[in-house]
Amino acid sequence: MSTRFDVRVEVSLRPGIADPQGATIERALPALGFEGVDGVRVGKSIRFSVEAGDEPEARRRVEELCTRLLSNPVIEDTRFELTPA
Amino acid sequence: MSRVGVVLFPGSNCEHDVVEAVEALGGKGEIVWHGAPSLPDVDAVVLPGGFAHGDYLRPGALARFSPVMDAVRRFAADGGPVVGICNGFQVLTEAGLLPGALQKNAGLKFLCASVELRVESVGSVLTSGAAVGDILRIPINHFEGNYTCDPATLAVLDTEERVILRYVDNPNGSTDSIAGICNEAGNVVGLMPHPERASSALLGSEDGLVLLRSLLSGAGVPGR
Repeated sequence: MSTRFDVRVEVSLRPGIADPQGATIERALPALGFEGVDGVRVGKSIRFSVEAGDEPEARRRVEELCTRLLSNPVIEDTRFELTPA
Repeated sequence: MSRVGVVLFPGSNCEHDVVEAVEALGGKGEIVWHGAPSLPDVDAVVLPGGFAHGDYLRPGALARFSPVMDAVRRFAADGGPVVGICNGFQVLTEAGLLPGALQKNAGLKFLCASVELRVESVGSVLTSGAAVGDILRIPINHFEGNYTCDPATLAVLDTEERVILRYVDNPNGSTDSIAGICNEAGNVVGLMPHPERASSALLGSEDGLVLLRSLLSGAGVPGR
């Protein structure tokens, strides 16, 4: 008997890794009229559904997916949310 | 005669240039489809430049799981020469065959330019025929060529003389101006510049030939 879970993974650059996209956006903001914004970092969001016997198993599968494929652990971190579909 | 297997992933686009440069030097080039479960009988393997799987997710992230990569990994483990050029370098880092990662260029511009490289080490299958200090003029063509690694990895690369090429004038923000590295044994090499595009006077530079000749000579790796 398996359950379907909806997953949303957020992949972001690890702290200390240079983020030229984030830096460029941040630099552009004052010229566009947005003051007082800093710490801009750009990442990606990946969504999918996964089948598993229970939530702990689903979490394990998602963690493996995150470290083996969805992120490059040399430069990226992941966090995810998982809810029964 | 040296036989070189050039892996073709969906989206690779430099495989023919590599074959042509290899054959101009008297070698034999053979294109190997990424879905092949084994390699043909070759003396060296090249992962060429291009956009394998459209660079989707991350450059090389999907290509590292191609069926042929198991055979490439075994070939490398047995000491076979493996050279990743540009996208090929990205595949090798994603596959864990070389340390570090290639990020977006620091200036966020796609770079298509001829650059000067300094040979830093001759202890690799690609640089064994060159001399430390040689300056080579070779084109780069990339958006994600910014070599990144943590300080511990950089220390290892320096101590073990595994940085084989550095940019004379760092175009993309690469850590320590690193343009190319090798593994511990010196048989697995990755570099962002394209030696096959500096392989004839007609192309503007023949400086890539010394690198390709080293690979074809099968001379092994001096001092390792």
